[in-house]
Amino acid sequence: MRALEVVTRYEVVVGLEVHAQVLTQSKMFCACSTDYLTTPPNANTCPVCLGLPGSLPVINRRAVEATIRTALALNCEIPEFSKFDRKNYFYPDLPKGYQISQYDLPFSRNGYLEFDVKGEMRRCGITRVHLEEDTGKLLHAGAIEEAQSSLVDFNRAGVPLMEIVSEPDLRSADEAREYVVRLRAILQYIGVNNGDMESGQLRCDANVSLRPVGRKELGTKVEIKNMNSFRAIHRAIEYEIGRQTEVLETGGRLVQETRGWNDARGLTVSQRTKEFAEDYRYFPEPDLPPLEVSRQWVDEIRSSLPELPAARRERFITTYGLTPYDASLLTSSKPMAAFFEETVRLGAPAKAAANWILSDFSRLLNADRKEIDDASVKPPHLQQLIGLIDSGVISGKMAKQTFEAMYRAPDAGPALEAAKGSSQISGDAELEGVVALVIEQNPKSVADFKAGKQAALMFLVGQAMKLTKGRANPERLNALLREKIL
Amino acid sequence: MTLYQRTIRELHQMLVDHEVSSVELTEAVLGQIDAVGDQTRAYLVVTRDLALRQARHADDRLRANRDIRPLTGIPLALKDVLCVQDVVSTAGSKILKGFSPPYSATVVERLRAEGAVFLGKTNCDEFAMGSSNENSGYWPVHNPWALDRVPGGSSGGSAAAVASGEAVAALGSDTGGSIRQPAALTGIVGFKPTYGRVSRYGLIAFASSLDQIGPMTRDVVDSAILLQAIAGHDPRDSTSSPRPVPDYLSTLRGGVKGMRLGVPKEYFVAGMEPAVEQAIRDAIRLLEQQGASIEEVSLPHSDVALPAYYIIAPAEASSNLARYDGVRYGYQAEGAKNLIEEYMLTRQQGFGPEVKRRIMLGTYALSSGYYDAYYLQAQKVRTLIIEDFNRAFEKVDVLVGATSPTVAFPLGAKTQDPVAMYLNDIITIPANLGNVCGISVPCGLADGLPIGLQIIAPGFKEEVALQVAYAFEAATDFHKLQSPLMRAAA
Repeated sequence: MRALEVVTRYEVVVGLEVHAQVLTQSKMFCACSTDYLTTPPNANTCPVCLGLPGSLPVINRRAVEATIRTALALNCEIPEFSKFDRKNYFYPDLPKGYQISQYDLPFSRNGYLEFDVKGEMRRCGITRVHLEEDTGKLLHAGAIEEAQSSLVDFNRAGVPLMEIVSEPDLRSADEAREYVVRLRAILQYIGVNNGDMESGQLRCDANVSLRPVGRKELGTKVEIKNMNSFRAIHRAIEYEIGRQTEVLETGGRLVQETRGWNDARGLTVSQRTKEFAEDYRYFPEPDLPPLEVSRQWVDEIRSSLPELPAARRERFITTYGLTPYDASLLTSSKPMAAFFEETVRLGAPAKAAANWILSDFSRLLNADRKEIDDASVKPPHLQQLIGLIDSGVISGKMAKQTFEAMYRAPDAGPALEAAKGSSQISGDAELEGVVALVIEQNPKSVADFKAGKQAALMFLVGQAMKLTKGRANPERLNALLREKIL
Repeated sequence: MTLYQRTIRELHQMLVDHEVSSVELTEAVLGQIDAVGDQTRAYLVVTRDLALRQARHADDRLRANRDIRPLTGIPLALKDVLCVQDVVSTAGSKILKGFSPPYSATVVERLRAEGAVFLGKTNCDEFAMGSSNENSGYWPVHNPWALDRVPGGSSGGSAAAVASGEAVAALGSDTGGSIRQPAALTGIVGFKPTYGRVSRYGLIAFASSLDQIGPMTRDVVDSAILLQAIAGHDPRDSTSSPRPVPDYLSTLRGGVKGMRLGVPKEYFVAGMEPAVEQAIRDAIRLLEQQGASIEEVSLPHSDVALPAYYIIAPAEASSNLARYDGVRYGYQAEGAKNLIEEYMLTRQQGFGPEVKRRIMLGTYALSSGYYDAYYLQAQKVRTLIIEDFNRAFEKVDVLVGATSPTVAFPLGAKTQDPVAMYLNDIITIPANLGNVCGISVPCGLADGLPIGLQIIAPGFKEEVALQVAYAFEAATDFHKLQSPLMRAAA
């Protein structure tokens, strides 16, 4: 009841800021490698990314290209004139005392992203996609509260980072999650980001506010940081909606602040209020000349874009007859969509292929936190397995067991071959013995069935399956049981 | 004439003719540093071992007659704002005390490739902020013409070294006059090239959109030689120009016959010393006698150049100097209890008063609510100044006027009045804001103190500025006048 009241009295307003590292070989403004995860601390540094006196930045053209590519995939306008600006603040992970970012003339603006929530299409405006440099990382000697010292690793400093800012168009935690799912898919499709949220290569902050239904002006906004998974985004926003509702309902006032999501405790914690908000003193970066983005370059980038998730989703619906829901799920990951299409190309029926990928396969992958490309099951394996079911060689139940065996093995081939060998028992001669045994052992069910209870027959089929360890052909069993009892 | 009194060109000929070795020459200059260094205090660091090592290498090249360049074996001084690998480079600031960069500035690499000899790092106003060298974080520099006088700033150490025979030539940097004004006050030639002509990579930044490195030499020929060696595009500095570098020596002797010289009436500012004004008027008359036509022109926004400069330069400086926080290199205050305190103590103790003043000015100008009124307005003024120059250069080839309204003033005379100090740069600042080039050449003495003539040419017309400067120099002997310190020790 209470939840229903909340929904009718307040409207949820969410805007997201997604930071995505750009998959370039070298950093944003120097030639250092961007590999900061596998190298020893401060190995990938130079005078430029360490901010040594006298060093100067040089723009990485590929990072600009990736940003424009992203902006085009998000239906943005690309102005002809752009520039970098300095965002000034002090922090030990920021070697120059300013971050080179973009302020009033970003590479792109006014785009949108379409996604669906439970089969219904939604559109969220994209305010801008701009390019900046990542900071270094602080490592504290012990817990942050007690640490006697902190260490800085500048390997990440200067890694190109796109900031994708949405309009406050999202109206629920579900919508926010789906927006990020779809955005991540697009970034992967166009090859600009690997979508890894856990290691921070894709990061998301949410601005959450509530306003009475029907009111135009926005309520007090709270920024939530530190959400490292889709699930965390959903939970954090749900939590924040609940917290803000409670504050408002009990007559309290919300303060504009930044709150961190604590995943273990399942709540947001205040980090700083806007009273101490920084004045970043943005001004044009004098070390970098303004950029002219030629229309020819934009056209070249546009024409090199691959098929995007939205288009692929439409194609999956029309070409393969999938439901919009299944099509959305399959296209939310580029490798998954490719796996599906390959399986179908090899001859599997689309519906069956989709079902296998989205149910059994996804369940196993999720449990192991693996991507579909990492699995030993490849499209030919799944296509053959589906073929075995369709030709009645193995039962659905056996297929499930076989699939799991294929998935668990380092090579899916032998498990598939074994399934082919242990073919289903379809011969009446063998099955009649089983049927006779079942009738003898279950007189009550036999009587029930005779009296017209259809469920009793299902029970008897089940018993027969048990005796054959699932290898019996259920259709034949059904027919034989009817024949013998009636 | 002793070795250290000579010019690059003369010494180059002697080196090529094996009349002298680079080691002998370097030792002679090091000897002069030993003799008068205590009086000028021009150097922060003398790199004696490095210099002699480089001199020996240069002699190898000269003996083998292999890859001999105009600067091979020539002992030079480098302003302390230039990074030299493994040599302490502090920009005259205590906050960088003991800092040895792991890399060299592009200009330093180019000079090294030429086979030049590095004598050391010259004193300067802290982070190049000043007009008298009294803002050095270490000690003031004394003018070789009168030791109780300032040498000008901020490249005061480089100027004093060249004027006293403690270097054959030097590099300085000029953000608002920091090469030209000390050159004028010490009787040498100082050239600020157009922004973008010389790479800034490795120049410890003061104001990134204005800073430019340039030569400080005994005469105009040397200025051309040194500029030739350092000018040109650098892929590490995105603001350096890809325009080709002309051969400056080939056009040097073209004369001024038929050239149109503009005299900006606004450059005869209130407070200009009569002797300075007289020397400038005489110099202009002399150029006219050489065949140039003289025309009075107007640069109507000159009066707002100084205030605009004191918004833009501090704004950029406030950001450029944020990196000096004690975390990674340089000075770190002791006893801080937390991060903020460490930042505050380090910067309180590490920066001098003028640097703090400019950081505060710049921070204020960029702050939310003031940005439009100050920084943006100053940028608009800058555009007007650029347009002033564009209009003037439609009518004339170069502009001529004084470099500084006064001769060298006594140490301490202006340290209590920052605005009086700022006014020293009133006729040098427009060239920085206007993206043009300017050279100062000696044009006389007043009470035994040098006066400088400033010649301003359009952007990337360095060869035109040099041509006019050379014509003046060729017709006069002012550049041959030597400071008492250089004369006496000889």
